[in-house]
Amino acid sequence: MRAMAYRGPYKVRVEEKQRPRIEHPNDAIVRVQLAAICGSDLHLYHGLMPDTRIGHTFGHEFIGVVDEVGSSVQDLRVGDRVMVPFNVFCGTCWYCARGLYSNCHNVNPNATAVGGIYGYSHTTGGYDGGQAEFVRVPFADVGPSRIPDWMADEDAVLLTDMTATGYFGAQLGDIVQGDVVLVFGAGPVGLVAARSAWLMGAGRVIVIDHLDHRLEKARTFAHAETYNFTEYGDIVLEMKKATDWLGADVAIDCVGAEADGDFVQHVTSAKLKLQGGSPVALNWAIDSVRKGATISVMGAYGPLFSAVKFGDAMNKGLTFHTNQCPVKRQWPRLFEHVRNGYLKPSELVTHRVPLEDIAEGYHVFSAKLDGCIKPLVVPTAA
Amino acid sequence: MTYTPHKPPIAESPEELRRRIPGWGVDLDPRDRPSVPKLQFQEDFTGAHWEFPERQPEKYPRERSVEHGMLTPVFGTAQPLSGVSGAIRRHAYRYAEGRMAHWLLLVLGDRVDAWEHHLKSLLTLRPDNPITETGVKAEFTHHGLRSRVGQHRTDLKHQVLDPVIVGGPWIAAAGAAYVGARSMARSLARVGSDGRRPVH
Ligand SMILES: NC(=O)c1ccc[n+]([C@@H]2O[C@H](COP(=O)([O-])OP(=O)(O)OC[C@H]3O[C@@H](n4cnc5c(N)ncnc54)[C@H](O)[C@@H]3O)[C@@H](O)[C@H]2O)c1
Ligand SMILES: [Zn+2]
Ligand SMILES: [Zn+2]
Repeated sequence: MRAMAYRGPYKVRVEEKQRPRIEHPNDAIVRVQLAAICGSDLHLYHGLMPDTRIGHTFGHEFIGVVDEVGSSVQDLRVGDRVMVPFNVFCGTCWYCARGLYSNCHNVNPNATAVGGIYGYSHTTGGYDGGQAEFVRVPFADVGPSRIPDWMADEDAVLLTDMTATGYFGAQLGDIVQGDVVLVFGAGPVGLVAARSAWLMGAGRVIVIDHLDHRLEKARTFAHAETYNFTEYGDIVLEMKKATDWLGADVAIDCVGAEADGDFVQHVTSAKLKLQGGSPVALNWAIDSVRKGATISVMGAYGPLFSAVKFGDAMNKGLTFHTNQCPVKRQWPRLFEHVRNGYLKPSELVTHRVPLEDIAEGYHVFSAKLDGCIKPLVVPTAA
Repeated sequence: MTYTPHKPPIAESPEELRRRIPGWGVDLDPRDRPSVPKLQFQEDFTGAHWEFPERQPEKYPRERSVEHGMLTPVFGTAQPLSGVSGAIRRHAYRYAEGRMAHWLLLVLGDRVDAWEHHLKSLLTLRPDNPITETGVKAEFTHHGLRSRVGQHRTDLKHQVLDPVIVGGPWIAAAGAAYVGARSMARSLARVGSDGRRPVH
Protein backbone atom coordinates (compact mmCIF):
# COMPACT_ATOMS: atom_id res chain seq x y z
CA MET A 1 0.00 0.00 0.00
CA ARG A 2 1.01 3.65 -0.32
CA ALA A 3 1.71 5.44 2.94
CA MET A 4 3.28 8.61 4.21
CA ALA A 5 6.59 7.91 5.97
CA TYR A 6 8.65 10.15 8.26
CA ARG A 7 12.28 10.52 7.16
CA GLY A 8 13.62 12.87 9.87
CA PRO A 9 12.83 16.46 10.93
CA TYR A 10 11.01 18.39 8.16
CA LYS A 11 11.20 15.40 5.81
CA VAL A 12 8.46 13.00 4.74
CA ARG A 13 7.83 10.91 1.65
CA VAL A 14 5.36 8.39 0.30
CA GLU A 15 6.51 4.78 0.42
CA GLU A 16 5.28 1.37 -0.57
CA LYS A 17 4.55 -0.33 2.77
CA GLN A 18 3.09 -3.63 3.83
CA ARG A 19 -0.68 -3.52 4.32
CA PRO A 20 -1.35 -3.72 8.09
CA ARG A 21 -2.52 -7.07 9.49
CA ILE A 22 -4.96 -8.09 12.20
CA GLU A 23 -2.82 -8.44 15.32
CA HIS A 24 -5.51 -8.82 17.97
CA PRO A 25 -8.97 -10.45 17.77
CA ASN A 26 -10.72 -7.08 18.18
CA ASP A 27 -8.72 -5.31 15.45
CA ALA A 28 -10.16 -4.04 12.20
CA ILE A 29 -8.32 -2.94 9.07
CA VAL A 30 -9.79 0.22 7.59
CA ARG A 31 -9.26 1.40 4.02
CA VAL A 32 -8.80 5.15 4.35
CA GLN A 33 -11.02 7.42 2.25
CA LEU A 34 -10.09 10.77 3.70
CA ALA A 35 -7.48 11.91 6.23
CA ALA A 36 -6.16 15.22 7.53
CA ILE A 37 -3.00 16.84 8.85
CA CYS A 38 -3.32 18.20 12.40
CA GLY A 39 -1.32 20.91 14.15
CA SER A 40 -0.11 18.09 16.40
CA ASP A 41 1.46 16.37 13.40
CA LEU A 42 3.67 19.43 13.03
CA HIS A 43 5.27 18.68 16.40
CA LEU A 44 6.24 15.25 15.03
CA TYR A 45 7.23 16.67 11.66
CA HIS A 46 9.58 19.14 13.33
CA GLY A 47 11.17 16.33 15.32
CA LEU A 48 9.94 17.48 18.74
CA MET A 49 8.24 14.30 19.92
CA PRO A 50 10.67 11.84 21.49
CA ASP A 51 10.70 8.33 19.96
CA THR A 52 9.39 9.29 16.55
CA ARG A 53 10.94 6.53 14.45
CA ILE A 54 12.02 6.76 10.84
CA GLY A 55 9.39 5.19 8.62
CA HIS A 56 6.53 6.06 10.98
CA THR A 57 3.25 6.87 9.23
CA PHE A 58 1.49 9.87 10.78
CA GLY A 59 -2.21 10.64 10.71
CA HIS A 60 -4.76 10.50 13.53
CA GLU A 61 -7.70 12.06 11.71
CA PHE A 62 -9.21 9.69 9.17
CA ILE A 63 -12.40 8.04 7.92
CA GLY A 64 -12.76 4.99 5.72
CA VAL A 65 -14.32 1.62 4.93
CA VAL A 66 -13.91 -1.48 7.09
CA ASP A 67 -11.84 -3.89 4.99
CA GLU A 68 -11.27 -6.76 7.42
CA VAL A 69 -12.30 -7.57 11.00
CA GLY A 70 -10.75 -9.74 13.71
CA SER A 71 -12.49 -12.82 15.16
CA SER A 72 -13.99 -11.08 18.22
CA VAL A 73 -15.42 -8.04 16.43
CA GLN A 74 -19.21 -8.01 16.91
CA ASP A 75 -20.38 -4.57 15.94
CA LEU A 76 -18.59 -3.66 12.71
CA ARG A 77 -18.97 -5.40 9.35
CA VAL A 78 -16.75 -5.35 6.32
CA GLY A 79 -17.98 -2.51 4.13
CA ASP A 80 -19.15 -0.25 6.98
CA ARG A 81 -18.08 3.37 6.57
CA VAL A 82 -16.54 4.54 9.81
CA MET A 83 -15.05 7.58 11.50
CA VAL A 84 -12.28 6.75 13.96
CA PRO A 85 -11.47 8.89 17.04
CA PHE A 86 -7.80 9.83 17.26
CA ASN A 87 -7.54 8.00 20.59
CA VAL A 88 -6.74 4.29 20.64
CA PHE A 89 -8.69 3.03 23.68
CA CYS A 90 -9.97 -0.17 25.27
CA GLY A 91 -13.28 0.85 26.85
CA THR A 92 -12.79 -0.88 30.20
CA CYS A 93 -9.61 0.18 32.00
CA TRP A 94 -9.98 2.43 35.05
CA TYR A 95 -9.78 5.51 32.83
CA CYS A 96 -11.99 4.38 29.94
CA ALA A 97 -14.64 3.19 32.37
CA ARG A 98 -14.84 6.80 33.59
CA GLY A 99 -14.89 8.34 30.13
CA LEU A 100 -11.25 9.37 29.98
CA TYR A 101 -10.61 7.59 26.67
CA SER A 102 -7.60 9.76 25.91
CA ASN A 103 -5.95 8.41 29.07
CA CYS A 104 -6.49 4.69 28.37
CA HIS A 105 -4.04 2.52 30.29
CA ASN A 106 -4.28 -0.59 28.11
CA VAL A 107 -2.96 0.57 24.75
CA ASN A 108 0.34 2.37 25.24
CA PRO A 109 3.18 0.29 26.70
CA ASN A 110 5.74 3.03 25.98
CA ALA A 111 4.39 5.61 28.43
CA THR A 112 1.91 5.92 31.26
CA ALA A 113 1.75 9.72 31.03
CA VAL A 114 -0.13 9.69 27.71
CA GLY A 115 -2.67 7.37 26.13
CA GLY A 116 -2.70 5.75 22.70
CA ILE A 117 -2.86 7.85 19.53
CA TYR A 118 -2.78 6.74 15.89
CA GLY A 119 0.33 7.74 13.98
CA TYR A 120 1.82 9.73 16.79
CA SER A 121 5.24 8.19 17.55
CA HIS A 122 6.09 5.32 19.86
CA THR A 123 5.66 7.57 22.86
CA THR A 124 1.90 7.19 22.27
CA GLY A 125 2.03 3.47 21.59
CA GLY A 126 3.72 2.90 18.24
CA TYR A 127 0.68 2.69 15.97
CA ASP A 128 1.03 3.68 12.33
CA GLY A 129 -1.55 6.30 11.33
CA GLY A 130 -4.09 7.12 8.69
CA GLN A 131 -2.15 9.15 6.12
CA ALA A 132 -2.04 5.92 4.15
CA GLU A 133 -4.29 3.62 2.18
CA PHE A 134 -4.91 1.22 5.07
CA VAL A 135 -4.66 1.45 8.84
CA ARG A 136 -4.92 -0.99 11.74
CA VAL A 137 -7.73 0.04 14.13
CA PRO A 138 -7.50 -1.74 17.52
CA PHE A 139 -10.65 -2.23 19.63
CA ALA A 140 -12.94 -1.97 16.65
CA ASP A 141 -16.02 -2.51 18.85
CA VAL A 142 -15.07 0.50 21.01
CA GLY A 143 -13.50 3.33 19.01
CA PRO A 144 -15.04 3.72 15.54
CA SER A 145 -18.61 4.84 14.77
CA ARG A 146 -20.54 4.39 11.54
CA ILE A 147 -20.76 7.72 9.72
CA PRO A 148 -24.37 8.95 9.92
CA ASP A 149 -26.09 9.22 6.52
CA TRP A 150 -26.69 12.93 6.87
CA MET A 151 -23.06 13.77 7.65
CA ALA A 152 -20.70 15.04 4.95
CA ASP A 153 -17.36 13.23 4.71
CA GLU A 154 -15.35 16.40 5.27
CA ASP A 155 -17.28 17.08 8.47
CA ALA A 156 -16.88 13.47 9.59
CA VAL A 157 -13.10 13.42 9.21
CA LEU A 158 -12.77 16.70 11.11
CA LEU A 159 -14.89 15.36 13.98
CA THR A 160 -12.23 12.74 14.74
CA ASP A 161 -10.01 15.35 16.42
CA MET A 162 -10.00 19.06 15.60
CA THR A 163 -13.72 19.74 16.15
CA ALA A 164 -14.05 17.48 19.18
CA THR A 165 -10.90 19.02 20.67
CA GLY A 166 -12.00 22.63 20.19
CA TYR A 167 -15.41 21.83 21.70
CA PHE A 168 -13.75 19.99 24.59
CA GLY A 169 -11.37 22.92 25.13
CA ALA A 170 -14.30 25.30 25.58
CA GLN A 171 -15.94 22.91 28.05
CA LEU A 172 -12.78 22.75 30.14
CA GLY A 173 -12.97 26.53 30.49
CA ASP A 174 -16.04 26.11 32.76
CA ILE A 175 -17.65 29.05 30.99
CA VAL A 176 -20.62 30.72 32.69
CA GLN A 177 -23.01 33.18 31.06
CA GLY A 178 -21.37 36.47 30.18
CA ASP A 179 -17.76 35.30 30.58
CA VAL A 180 -15.01 36.99 28.60
CA VAL A 181 -13.18 34.13 26.86
CA LEU A 182 -9.70 34.55 25.43
CA VAL A 183 -8.58 32.03 22.82
CA PHE A 184 -4.88 31.83 21.99
CA GLY A 185 -4.29 30.43 18.50
CA ALA A 186 -6.55 30.74 15.45
CA GLY A 187 -5.64 27.33 14.07
CA PRO A 188 -8.39 24.74 13.55
CA VAL A 189 -8.56 23.89 17.25
CA GLY A 190 -8.68 27.53 18.37
CA LEU A 191 -11.32 28.44 15.79
CA VAL A 192 -13.61 25.64 16.95
CA ALA A 193 -12.94 26.47 20.62
CA ALA A 194 -13.90 30.10 19.99
CA ARG A 195 -17.09 29.12 18.14
CA SER A 196 -17.94 26.64 20.93
CA ALA A 197 -17.46 29.22 23.68
CA TRP A 198 -20.57 30.99 22.41
CA LEU A 199 -22.60 27.77 22.67
CA MET A 200 -21.73 27.77 26.37
CA GLY A 201 -22.94 31.32 26.83
CA ALA A 202 -19.80 33.45 26.58
CA GLY A 203 -20.41 37.19 26.60
CA ARG A 204 -17.30 38.04 24.61
CA VAL A 205 -14.89 35.89 22.66
CA ILE A 206 -11.46 37.25 21.75
CA VAL A 207 -9.01 35.37 19.49
CA ILE A 208 -5.28 36.09 19.36
CA ASP A 209 -2.81 35.00 16.64
CA HIS A 210 -0.29 36.60 14.29
CA LEU A 211 -1.62 35.20 11.01
CA ASP A 212 -4.06 37.64 9.45
CA HIS A 213 -5.83 35.09 7.26
CA ARG A 214 -6.62 32.97 10.30
CA LEU A 215 -7.82 35.96 12.32
CA GLU A 216 -10.11 36.80 9.41
CA LYS A 217 -11.57 33.29 9.79
CA ALA A 218 -11.94 33.90 13.53
CA ARG A 219 -14.19 36.85 12.71
CA THR A 220 -16.33 35.06 10.11
CA PHE A 221 -16.41 31.44 11.33
CA ALA A 222 -16.19 32.08 15.07
CA HIS A 223 -17.84 35.55 15.28
CA ALA A 224 -14.96 36.65 17.50
CA GLU A 225 -13.06 39.88 18.17
CA THR A 226 -9.47 39.48 17.03
CA TYR A 227 -6.02 40.78 17.93
CA ASN A 228 -2.86 40.28 15.90
CA PHE A 229 -0.30 40.22 18.70
CA THR A 230 2.46 41.60 16.48
CA GLU A 231 0.56 44.87 16.21
CA TYR A 232 0.81 45.53 19.94
CA GLY A 233 3.87 46.16 22.06
CA ASP A 234 2.49 43.93 24.78
CA ILE A 235 -0.53 41.76 24.14
CA VAL A 236 -1.04 41.05 27.85
CA LEU A 237 -1.33 44.75 28.64
CA GLU A 238 -3.68 45.13 25.68
CA MET A 239 -5.95 42.43 27.11
CA LYS A 240 -6.04 44.23 30.46
CA LYS A 241 -7.11 47.41 28.66
CA ALA A 242 -9.71 45.49 26.65
CA THR A 243 -11.28 44.04 29.82
CA ASP A 244 -11.54 47.15 31.94
CA TRP A 245 -8.29 46.18 33.74
CA LEU A 246 -9.87 43.05 35.19
CA GLY A 247 -8.53 40.43 32.80
CA ALA A 248 -10.46 37.68 31.03
CA ASP A 249 -12.55 35.14 32.94
CA VAL A 250 -11.36 32.18 30.88
CA ALA A 251 -8.41 31.52 28.58
CA ILE A 252 -7.98 28.59 26.21
CA ASP A 253 -4.47 27.73 24.98
CA CYS A 254 -4.85 26.33 21.46
CA VAL A 255 -1.22 26.93 20.48
CA GLY A 256 1.00 24.51 22.35
CA ALA A 257 4.67 23.62 22.10
CA GLU A 258 5.70 25.74 19.14
CA ALA A 259 4.26 29.07 20.22
CA ASP A 260 5.73 32.18 18.63
CA GLY A 261 6.03 35.69 19.97
CA ASP A 262 9.20 35.23 22.01
CA PHE A 263 12.23 34.37 19.93
CA VAL A 264 14.23 32.85 22.79
CA GLN A 265 11.36 30.69 24.04
CA HIS A 266 10.58 29.51 20.51
CA VAL A 267 14.13 28.75 19.48
CA THR A 268 15.09 27.02 22.74
CA SER A 269 12.13 24.69 22.41
CA ALA A 270 11.08 24.27 18.78
CA LYS A 271 14.55 24.47 17.24
CA LEU A 272 17.05 23.48 19.94
CA LYS A 273 14.71 21.10 21.79
CA LEU A 274 15.94 22.23 25.19
CA GLN A 275 12.40 22.63 26.55
CA GLY A 276 9.31 20.46 26.32
CA GLY A 277 7.61 23.32 24.53
CA SER A 278 7.60 27.07 24.13
CA PRO A 279 5.05 28.27 26.69
CA VAL A 280 4.63 31.76 25.22
CA ALA A 281 0.88 31.50 24.72
CA LEU A 282 0.43 29.70 28.03
CA ASN A 283 2.35 32.44 29.87
CA TRP A 284 0.33 35.10 28.08
CA ALA A 285 -2.81 33.27 29.15
CA ILE A 286 -1.64 33.17 32.77
CA ASP A 287 -0.90 36.88 32.75
CA SER A 288 -3.98 37.99 30.79
CA VAL A 289 -6.70 36.38 32.85
CA ARG A 290 -8.18 37.80 36.02
CA LYS A 291 -7.37 36.32 39.39
CA GLY A 292 -9.36 33.16 40.12
CA ALA A 293 -9.77 32.46 36.41
CA THR A 294 -9.75 29.13 34.61
CA ILE A 295 -7.24 28.18 31.94
CA SER A 296 -7.99 25.34 29.55
CA VAL A 297 -4.94 23.91 27.83
CA MET A 298 -5.53 22.13 24.52
CA GLY A 299 -2.12 22.98 23.06
CA ALA A 300 0.24 20.01 23.23
CA TYR A 301 3.58 20.12 25.08
CA GLY A 302 6.42 17.61 25.12
CA PRO A 303 7.46 15.50 28.10
CA LEU A 304 10.45 17.69 29.08
CA PHE A 305 9.87 20.68 31.35
CA SER A 306 8.89 24.11 29.98
CA ALA A 307 9.56 27.58 31.39
CA VAL A 308 6.01 28.24 32.63
CA LYS A 309 5.30 31.19 34.93
CA PHE A 310 3.93 29.08 37.69
CA GLY A 311 4.41 31.68 40.38
CA ASP A 312 1.94 34.00 38.69
CA ALA A 313 -0.46 31.11 38.24
CA MET A 314 -0.27 30.25 41.92
CA ASN A 315 -0.54 33.78 43.23
CA LYS A 316 -3.51 34.48 40.98
CA GLY A 317 -5.36 31.41 42.19
CA LEU A 318 -5.82 30.00 38.72
CA THR A 319 -7.47 26.70 37.89
CA PHE A 320 -5.99 24.62 35.08
CA HIS A 321 -7.97 22.08 33.09
CA THR A 322 -6.06 20.03 30.57
CA ASN A 323 -6.15 16.82 28.59
CA GLN A 324 -5.92 15.19 25.24
CA CYS A 325 -9.50 15.14 24.04
CA PRO A 326 -11.56 12.01 24.73
CA VAL A 327 -13.14 12.29 21.30
CA LYS A 328 -15.93 9.75 21.33
CA ARG A 329 -17.39 11.20 24.50
CA GLN A 330 -18.03 14.49 22.66
CA TRP A 331 -19.76 12.92 19.67
CA PRO A 332 -23.46 12.54 20.51
CA ARG A 333 -23.83 16.17 21.58
CA LEU A 334 -21.42 17.45 18.96
CA PHE A 335 -23.25 15.62 16.18
CA GLU A 336 -26.40 17.54 17.19
CA HIS A 337 -24.53 20.83 16.94
CA VAL A 338 -23.20 19.94 13.49
CA ARG A 339 -26.64 18.82 12.35
CA ASN A 340 -28.18 22.06 13.62
CA GLY A 341 -25.56 24.04 11.76
CA TYR A 342 -24.01 25.58 14.88
CA LEU A 343 -20.65 24.14 13.90
CA LYS A 344 -19.60 23.46 10.32
CA PRO A 345 -16.07 22.05 10.52
CA SER A 346 -15.61 21.65 6.77
CA GLU A 347 -15.66 25.45 6.45
CA LEU A 348 -12.09 25.40 7.74
CA VAL A 349 -10.75 23.16 4.97
CA THR A 350 -8.44 25.16 2.71
CA HIS A 351 -6.41 22.45 0.97
CA ARG A 352 -7.06 18.94 -0.38
CA VAL A 353 -3.73 17.20 -0.89
CA PRO A 354 -3.29 13.93 -2.81
CA LEU A 355 -1.36 11.44 -0.67
CA GLU A 356 1.39 11.39 -3.29
CA ASP A 357 2.00 15.13 -2.70
CA ILE A 358 2.11 14.85 1.09
CA ALA A 359 5.59 16.41 1.39
CA GLU A 360 4.26 19.61 -0.18
CA GLY A 361 1.15 19.39 2.00
CA TYR A 362 3.26 19.31 5.14
CA HIS A 363 5.39 22.19 3.97
CA VAL A 364 2.39 24.39 3.15
CA PHE A 365 0.74 23.70 6.52
CA SER A 366 3.96 24.02 8.50
CA ALA A 367 5.15 27.23 6.84
CA LYS A 368 1.57 28.56 6.84
CA LEU A 369 1.65 29.27 3.08
CA ASP A 370 -1.24 30.04 0.79
CA GLY A 371 -3.74 30.93 3.53
CA CYS A 372 -3.65 27.37 4.81
CA ILE A 373 -5.89 26.56 7.77
CA LYS A 374 -6.77 22.87 7.46
CA PRO A 375 -5.35 20.47 4.86
CA LEU A 376 -7.09 17.19 4.03
CA VAL A 377 -5.23 14.22 2.59
CA VAL A 378 -6.80 12.15 -0.16
CA PRO A 379 -5.35 8.62 -0.52
CA THR A 380 -4.40 7.36 -3.93
CA ALA A 381 -7.19 4.86 -4.47
CA ALA A 382 -9.99 6.75 -2.65
CA MET B 1 -15.41 48.06 37.32
CA THR B 2 -12.49 46.15 38.74
CA TYR B 3 -11.98 48.43 41.70
CA THR B 4 -15.63 48.02 42.74
CA PRO B 5 -17.79 44.89 43.28
CA HIS B 6 -19.30 44.99 39.80
CA LYS B 7 -18.30 42.99 36.76
CA PRO B 8 -17.50 45.20 33.78
CA PRO B 9 -20.62 45.28 31.60
CA ILE B 10 -20.83 43.17 28.41
CA ALA B 11 -21.71 45.21 25.33
CA GLU B 12 -24.32 42.79 23.98
CA SER B 13 -27.34 41.39 25.85
CA PRO B 14 -28.08 37.65 25.73
CA GLU B 15 -30.92 38.37 23.27
CA GLU B 16 -28.57 40.25 20.97
CA LEU B 17 -25.99 37.49 21.18
CA ARG B 18 -28.61 34.82 20.46
CA ARG B 19 -29.68 36.76 17.37
CA ARG B 20 -26.14 37.32 16.11
CA ILE B 21 -24.68 33.88 16.84
CA PRO B 22 -26.59 30.72 15.88
CA GLY B 23 -26.70 28.37 18.85
CA TRP B 24 -25.61 30.91 21.45
CA GLY B 25 -26.16 29.41 24.91
CA VAL B 26 -27.43 25.95 23.85
CA ASP B 27 -24.82 24.43 26.20
CA LEU B 28 -25.31 27.01 28.94
CA ASP B 29 -26.37 24.28 31.34
CA PRO B 30 -23.26 22.28 32.35
CA ARG B 31 -25.40 19.13 32.28
CA ASP B 32 -25.52 19.48 28.49
CA ARG B 33 -21.73 19.48 28.27
CA PRO B 34 -20.45 15.97 27.59
CA SER B 35 -17.20 16.41 29.53
CA VAL B 36 -18.66 17.89 32.71
CA PRO B 37 -17.97 16.46 35.24
CA LYS B 38 -14.65 14.98 34.23
CA LEU B 39 -15.19 11.49 35.62
CA GLN B 40 -18.43 9.81 34.54
CA PHE B 41 -18.83 6.07 34.83
CA GLN B 42 -19.70 4.59 31.42
CA GLU B 43 -22.17 1.79 32.11
CA ASP B 44 -21.97 0.41 28.55
CA PHE B 45 -18.15 0.35 28.46
CA THR B 46 -18.51 2.10 25.08
CA GLY B 47 -19.18 -1.19 23.33
CA ALA B 48 -16.44 -3.27 24.94
CA HIS B 49 -17.54 -6.86 25.71
CA TRP B 50 -14.77 -7.64 28.20
CA GLU B 51 -13.55 -6.36 31.52
CA PHE B 52 -9.98 -7.02 30.57
CA PRO B 53 -9.29 -7.45 26.86
CA GLU B 54 -7.63 -10.46 25.26
CA ARG B 55 -3.88 -10.04 24.97
CA GLN B 56 -2.14 -9.33 21.69
CA PRO B 57 0.65 -11.89 21.11
CA GLU B 58 4.11 -10.47 21.82
CA LYS B 59 6.12 -11.65 18.81
CA TYR B 60 9.35 -9.86 19.75
CA PRO B 61 10.48 -8.37 23.07
CA ARG B 62 8.37 -5.23 23.15
CA GLU B 63 9.95 -2.30 25.00
CA ARG B 64 7.80 -0.71 27.66
CA SER B 65 7.83 1.98 30.31
CA VAL B 66 9.02 0.72 33.69
CA GLU B 67 6.07 2.64 35.15
CA HIS B 68 3.77 -0.02 33.69
CA GLY B 69 3.09 -3.09 35.78
CA MET B 70 2.93 -5.26 32.65
CA LEU B 71 2.96 -5.09 28.88
CA THR B 72 -0.35 -3.55 27.88
CA PRO B 73 -2.79 -6.02 26.29
CA VAL B 74 -2.68 -4.08 23.01
CA PHE B 75 0.28 -2.22 21.54
CA GLY B 76 1.61 -0.83 18.29
CA THR B 77 4.13 -2.73 16.20
CA ALA B 78 4.86 -0.06 13.62
CA GLN B 79 8.66 0.24 13.81
CA PRO B 80 10.32 -2.37 16.08
CA LEU B 81 13.64 -1.32 17.63
CA SER B 82 16.66 -1.95 15.44
CA GLY B 83 20.27 -0.91 14.97
CA VAL B 84 22.25 1.49 17.13
CA SER B 85 19.23 3.73 17.64
CA GLY B 86 17.33 0.66 18.84
CA ALA B 87 20.00 -0.04 21.46
CA ILE B 88 19.91 3.58 22.64
CA ARG B 89 16.14 3.54 22.88
CA ARG B 90 16.08 0.22 24.68
CA HIS B 91 18.45 1.74 27.21
CA ALA B 92 16.20 4.80 27.53
CA TYR B 93 13.31 2.55 28.54
CA ARG B 94 15.25 1.46 31.62
CA TYR B 95 14.62 4.90 33.13
CA ALA B 96 11.19 5.89 34.39
CA GLU B 97 9.25 8.58 32.53
CA GLY B 98 9.91 11.05 35.31
CA ARG B 99 13.63 10.99 34.59
CA MET B 100 15.35 13.35 32.16
CA ALA B 101 17.61 10.51 31.03
CA HIS B 102 14.61 8.66 29.62
CA TRP B 103 13.60 11.47 27.29
CA LEU B 104 17.06 12.73 26.40
CA LEU B 105 18.14 9.24 25.37
CA LEU B 106 15.01 8.91 23.26
CA VAL B 107 15.79 12.23 21.58
CA LEU B 108 19.34 11.01 20.92
CA GLY B 109 17.92 7.77 19.54
CA ASP B 110 15.77 9.79 17.13
CA ARG B 111 18.76 11.66 15.71
CA VAL B 112 20.83 8.48 15.36
CA ASP B 113 17.87 6.71 13.75
CA ALA B 114 17.60 9.45 11.13
CA TRP B 115 21.28 9.12 10.21
CA GLU B 116 21.17 5.34 10.15
CA HIS B 117 18.32 5.54 7.68
CA HIS B 118 19.83 8.31 5.59
CA LEU B 119 23.01 6.26 5.18
CA LYS B 120 21.10 3.06 4.50
CA SER B 121 18.99 4.83 1.90
CA LEU B 122 22.11 5.71 -0.07
CA LEU B 123 22.49 2.00 -0.79
CA THR B 124 18.96 1.71 -2.19
CA LEU B 125 17.39 2.73 -5.46
CA ARG B 126 15.62 5.47 -3.56
CA PRO B 127 18.12 7.52 -1.55
CA ASP B 128 16.80 10.25 0.74
CA ASN B 129 16.30 13.45 -1.16
CA PRO B 130 16.13 16.47 1.13
CA ILE B 131 14.69 18.59 -1.70
CA THR B 132 11.62 16.46 -2.50
CA GLU B 133 11.15 15.26 1.08
CA THR B 134 10.95 18.77 2.53
CA GLY B 135 8.27 19.71 -0.01
CA VAL B 136 9.98 23.04 -0.71
CA LYS B 137 8.56 22.84 -4.23
CA ALA B 138 5.42 24.21 -2.63
CA GLU B 139 7.24 27.53 -2.19
CA PHE B 140 6.77 27.99 -5.93
CA THR B 141 3.34 26.41 -6.37
CA HIS B 142 1.74 27.84 -3.22
CA HIS B 143 2.84 31.47 -3.11
CA GLY B 144 5.85 31.20 -0.83
CA LEU B 145 6.67 34.87 -1.27
CA ARG B 146 3.18 36.30 -1.27
CA SER B 147 2.33 34.32 1.87
CA ARG B 148 5.12 36.09 3.70
CA VAL B 149 5.69 39.66 2.51
CA GLY B 150 3.46 42.43 3.76
CA GLN B 151 2.07 40.25 6.57
CA HIS B 152 2.46 40.67 10.29
CA ARG B 153 3.94 37.20 10.69
CA THR B 154 6.44 36.79 13.49
CA ASP B 155 7.50 33.25 12.59
CA LEU B 156 9.57 34.48 9.65
CA LYS B 157 12.34 35.41 12.09
CA HIS B 158 13.07 31.79 12.86
CA GLN B 159 11.84 30.19 9.61
CA VAL B 160 15.22 31.18 8.17
CA LEU B 161 16.70 28.63 10.57
CA ASP B 162 14.73 25.76 9.02
CA PRO B 163 17.01 25.25 5.98
CA VAL B 164 19.97 25.27 8.37
CA ILE B 165 18.38 22.59 10.54
CA VAL B 166 17.51 20.43 7.55
CA GLY B 167 20.39 21.18 5.20
CA GLY B 168 23.14 21.82 7.76
CA PRO B 169 23.88 18.20 8.66
CA TRP B 170 23.79 17.19 4.97
CA ILE B 171 26.22 19.93 4.03
CA ALA B 172 28.42 19.02 7.00
CA ALA B 173 28.29 15.34 6.00
CA ALA B 174 29.10 16.19 2.38
CA GLY B 175 31.98 18.40 3.56
CA ALA B 176 33.30 15.66 5.85
CA ALA B 177 33.01 13.13 3.02
CA TYR B 178 34.89 15.50 0.70
CA VAL B 179 37.68 16.19 3.21
CA GLY B 180 37.90 12.48 3.99
CA ALA B 181 38.05 11.52 0.31
CA ARG B 182 40.68 14.16 -0.40
CA SER B 183 43.00 13.08 2.39
CA MET B 184 42.47 9.46 1.41
CA ALA B 185 43.37 10.30 -2.21
CA ARG B 186 46.45 12.19 -1.02
CA SER B 187 47.73 9.40 1.15
CA LEU B 188 47.07 6.91 -1.63
CA ALA B 189 49.00 9.15 -3.99
CA ARG B 190 51.85 9.32 -1.47
CA VAL B 191 51.92 5.55 -1.14
CA GLY B 192 51.85 5.35 -4.93
CA SER B 193 54.82 7.72 -5.44
CA ASP B 194 56.70 6.02 -2.64
CA GLY B 195 56.04 2.74 -4.36
CA ARG B 196 57.55 3.98 -7.56
CA ARG B 197 60.71 5.19 -5.83
CA PRO B 198 63.60 3.01 -6.97
CA VAL B 199 64.93 0.81 -4.26
CA HIS B 200 68.64 0.77 -3.79
N1 LIG C 1 -5.58 18.28 23.41
C1 LIG C 1 -5.82 17.62 22.28
O1 LIG C 1 -6.50 16.61 22.28
C2 LIG C 1 -5.31 18.16 21.01
C3 LIG C 1 -5.87 17.75 19.81
C4 LIG C 1 -5.48 18.37 18.62
C5 LIG C 1 -4.51 19.33 18.65
N2 LIG C 1 -3.93 19.66 19.83
C6 LIG C 1 -2.91 20.71 19.91
O2 LIG C 1 -3.54 21.97 19.79
C7 LIG C 1 -2.64 22.91 19.22
C8 LIG C 1 -3.30 23.61 18.05
O3 LIG C 1 -3.62 22.71 17.01
P1 LIG C 1 -4.00 23.26 15.57
O4 LIG C 1 -4.29 22.09 14.70
O5 LIG C 1 -5.02 24.32 15.67
O6 LIG C 1 -2.54 23.84 15.17
P2 LIG C 1 -2.03 25.05 14.25
O7 LIG C 1 -0.55 24.94 14.24
O8 LIG C 1 -2.73 25.06 12.95
O9 LIG C 1 -2.46 26.37 15.05
C9 LIG C 1 -1.68 27.00 16.02
C10 LIG C 1 -1.89 28.50 15.87
O10 LIG C 1 -1.28 29.20 16.96
C11 LIG C 1 -0.74 30.41 16.45
N3 LIG C 1 0.23 30.94 17.42
C12 LIG C 1 1.57 30.72 17.50
N4 LIG C 1 2.08 31.37 18.55
C13 LIG C 1 1.05 32.03 19.15
C14 LIG C 1 0.94 32.85 20.31
N5 LIG C 1 2.01 33.12 21.09
N6 LIG C 1 -0.27 33.36 20.63
C15 LIG C 1 -1.36 33.07 19.88
N7 LIG C 1 -1.33 32.30 18.78
C16 LIG C 1 -0.13 31.76 18.43
C17 LIG C 1 -0.17 29.99 15.12
O11 LIG C 1 0.03 31.11 14.28
C18 LIG C 1 -1.28 29.07 14.59
O12 LIG C 1 -2.25 29.77 13.87
C19 LIG C 1 -1.39 22.11 18.86
O13 LIG C 1 -0.43 22.23 19.89
C20 LIG C 1 -1.89 20.70 18.82
O14 LIG C 1 -0.87 19.77 19.08
C21 LIG C 1 -4.31 19.09 21.00
ZN1 LIG D 1 -4.54 16.16 16.40
ZN1 LIG E 1 -8.79 1.95 28.41
